[in-house]
Amino acid sequence: MTSPASASESAPHSDARNLPRTAVIVGGNRIPFGKAGGKYASASNQDMLTAAIDGLVARFGLAGRSVGAVAAGAVLKHSRDFSLTRESVLGSALSPSTPAYDLQLACGTGLEAAVQIAGKIALGQIDNGIAGGVDSASDAPIAVSEGLRKALLKANHAKTTPAKLRALASIRPVDLAPQSPRNTEPRTGLSMGEHQAITTKKWDISREAQDELAAASHHNLAAAWDNGFFDDLVTPFLGLARDQGLRPDTSVEKLAKLSPVFGKGEGATMTAGNSTPLSDGASVVFLAEQEWAQANNYPALAKVVDSEMAAVDYVSGDEGLLMAPAYAVPRMLARQGLTLADFDYYEIHEAFAGTVLSTLAAWESEDFARDRLGLDAPVGSIDRSKLNVNGSSLAVGHPFAATGGRIVASLAKQLHAAGPGTRGLISVCAAGGQGVVAILEAV
Amino acid sequence: MADLYTTITKNPFGKAVTSQLGLPQPSRLRRGRLMPTGPVVLGAIKGASVAADALEVLGQAHEQALVDAPGSRTEDENGRAQPPAYPGKVGALIVDASSATEIADLEQVRALVRPALKALEPSARLIIVGADVAADQGVEHSAITQALEGITRSLGKEMRKGGTANLVRIQRGVTGAALASTLSFLLEGRSAYVSGQPIVVGASESVCEVVNRPLEGQIVVVTGAARGIGAGIAETLARDGASIVAVDIPAAGDALAKVTNNLGGTALQLDITGPEAGQRIAEHVASRFGQQAKIYGIVHNAGITRDKLLANTDEQRWGSVLDVNLAAQLRINDVLLTPGLPGGLTDGGRIVGVASTSGIAGNRGQTNYAASKAGVIGVVHSLSGELNDREITVNAVAPGFIETEMTGKIPAATREFARRFNSVQQGGLPVDVAEAIGYFLDPASQAVSGQVLRVCGQSQIGA
Repeated sequence: MTSPASASESAPHSDARNLPRTAVIVGGNRIPFGKAGGKYASASNQDMLTAAIDGLVARFGLAGRSVGAVAAGAVLKHSRDFSLTRESVLGSALSPSTPAYDLQLACGTGLEAAVQIAGKIALGQIDNGIAGGVDSASDAPIAVSEGLRKALLKANHAKTTPAKLRALASIRPVDLAPQSPRNTEPRTGLSMGEHQAITTKKWDISREAQDELAAASHHNLAAAWDNGFFDDLVTPFLGLARDQGLRPDTSVEKLAKLSPVFGKGEGATMTAGNSTPLSDGASVVFLAEQEWAQANNYPALAKVVDSEMAAVDYVSGDEGLLMAPAYAVPRMLARQGLTLADFDYYEIHEAFAGTVLSTLAAWESEDFARDRLGLDAPVGSIDRSKLNVNGSSLAVGHPFAATGGRIVASLAKQLHAAGPGTRGLISVCAAGGQGVVAILEAV
Repeated sequence: MADLYTTITKNPFGKAVTSQLGLPQPSRLRRGRLMPTGPVVLGAIKGASVAADALEVLGQAHEQALVDAPGSRTEDENGRAQPPAYPGKVGALIVDASSATEIADLEQVRALVRPALKALEPSARLIIVGADVAADQGVEHSAITQALEGITRSLGKEMRKGGTANLVRIQRGVTGAALASTLSFLLEGRSAYVSGQPIVVGASESVCEVVNRPLEGQIVVVTGAARGIGAGIAETLARDGASIVAVDIPAAGDALAKVTNNLGGTALQLDITGPEAGQRIAEHVASRFGQQAKIYGIVHNAGITRDKLLANTDEQRWGSVLDVNLAAQLRINDVLLTPGLPGGLTDGGRIVGVASTSGIAGNRGQTNYAASKAGVIGVVHSLSGELNDREITVNAVAPGFIETEMTGKIPAATREFARRFNSVQQGGLPVDVAEAIGYFLDPASQAVSGQVLRVCGQSQIGA
């Protein structure tokens, strides 16, 4: 098993600034994120992704036109959705001649989709494209048990009636129970929250700090809605015009009253208030080559400067499940010749308040820098007033694959408003001990 | 899209019953860019030629109108004198009375209209062209001008089977070219729900040709475009070639996206009452169409109702209606009219407001709404003069009962009354309002400014 430190050494040191072309973010669209079992309870992933695309098409006048590629995905996926993105494109107002494909990288799906489209643009393969993601915790697939599935397949393959009957006779009552999707890691059997509880405890993150971060997320999101920040980023869907999980009047005091749900005993700090709720939603981002955007009268909000992925060994307990971005960011900064302080905004996905705070703690730790990253000095600390300034997943909700697109579009708009040259850092943790991070810079 | 009652009258049994009871027999109206089927006949008084010139500009052939004079009458089998009869159905009669100056000249109007009334086809047109006389041009001349309006309004009520009667008042110096777009609108199905109305046409040197897609390549902003009349406006103007910027509140964004994607425009989710609304519209246009791009026309359609008797109206209900329906468009106009603003309104452009028959007649329980809509009329009167130098025309439509999701929620009896209480005995459609707006937006309508045109089927309300 490769240790994270050696993974860092083997990371490619290509000069990302030397790409042939520049990919910029033109804009984005998402539907308001709903609570699982809420307004979108009967909407499918395809319904939501199509709605997100159609809102984007309307905003940028793309009806009947095609783009170079549409890349999107979902984490919880029905087997019938093997071509989810292409099917959504066909149901949308885009031209049917628009190519599309699915990808899947757990909670990193949306960000990785944007990175892939940006990469295709930078390499000159396409001039423009749409990246996105969708997830429904309400309309999650329910599978049959392995026993039933194997028996049915065997019966299907059997050539004679007695053979078919023999295959079906092997089904036992226990096989008939449906297998509902579980938010657990296949290799550890622990839920994501249980994993994070271990990390949160290891980094000694206090309950109060987590509740403060959660309250700030809700307050920032409420302010962003009130001042019209989302007017050109969100299109309502099925009667929902704002994020359903938003609680504008929550407070540290109110959050302090909730009982812990992850971790055990005295030291348990993680509650439903400082963990993201199960959510439904979809988001898309429109990217284009910078000169193409200019020539075709599309805004260029920010360019995609660089991206990095990382993975950690959480199975053996060597590292926390959601800590991969703590490794990816220093590698990307080194490649770009930047420090953690060189950013105007930070978007660290709030899977749990504990995830954000553990990651920040790791970057501030000398031991982590020395032992894990092989660096002489800590990665650094950030100005917390620049973190998740328009709210993040704790308040917005987190339909897994839709989070990346939400962050990319919002951050690009923030950076554009702040002026050319301003920089933003995105960090998204994902199941399987993985993480995707990226740098955007306003143009 | 016929309402239930109209559908009943189209069924043989329903027709028999409703006719026996003397109930209204609404006709299916001719709509769109369709000329009448039968010939256009023209009668001119005292050698007036402007209407004939306008028809020539339009490439529209016409025939000479018959005149009901004592010498030209024939006796029927009962020995009664009958006016001369047209050989077939007549599509439209135009009476050019622009040279009429004396009360005696009105007899000519009667003599020209009488034979035609018996020959008109369904959805026929009766158009009278008169002079727009200033008060200092003599008492009798002034009386004539007003008399023509009385004639038109009465004839609108006498017309049957979806026929309409309208008056065009021309100012001094109006040429056939300046009159052409108005005549084209009134003759075509576009004016299906406009009857009994006067329209003033001024003199203008820069009038262009009347064409089928007059808004080709022009950027037109439509507020309140997500549904109802606004969606109809956006669709009709897109048909006429416009690039539509469809605006509505963020909460209506999904409906707005559907409308926009159907017609290939761009959507702008915007609360028009926000302080930066005008700026955001200009920025959207500059960013989507380029820094050199300008808005050709803006249609201030967005509106709300907060109906209550004034006795029960608080400052909230009062203020929100006035802010959305009136104050917002003043603020937006101010910004878009800033000279040199990227994405602003171009010189030679168009501003169109949406008033209401409630704004003209008043309506119980709608004092706030009537105030805002009457205010829109005031805006038209003032701003049209102010922007004359920049060749920007400012006009408004005043819809009557239009079949929309919103009017569908009016209690059935009230709705049925509103729907029938007009000369064409049916509700209008969003497209009818849209067509009138399209007429104002038409570059060929340069000579039409300061007008408030009722699109109400000559509703008795506010008449």
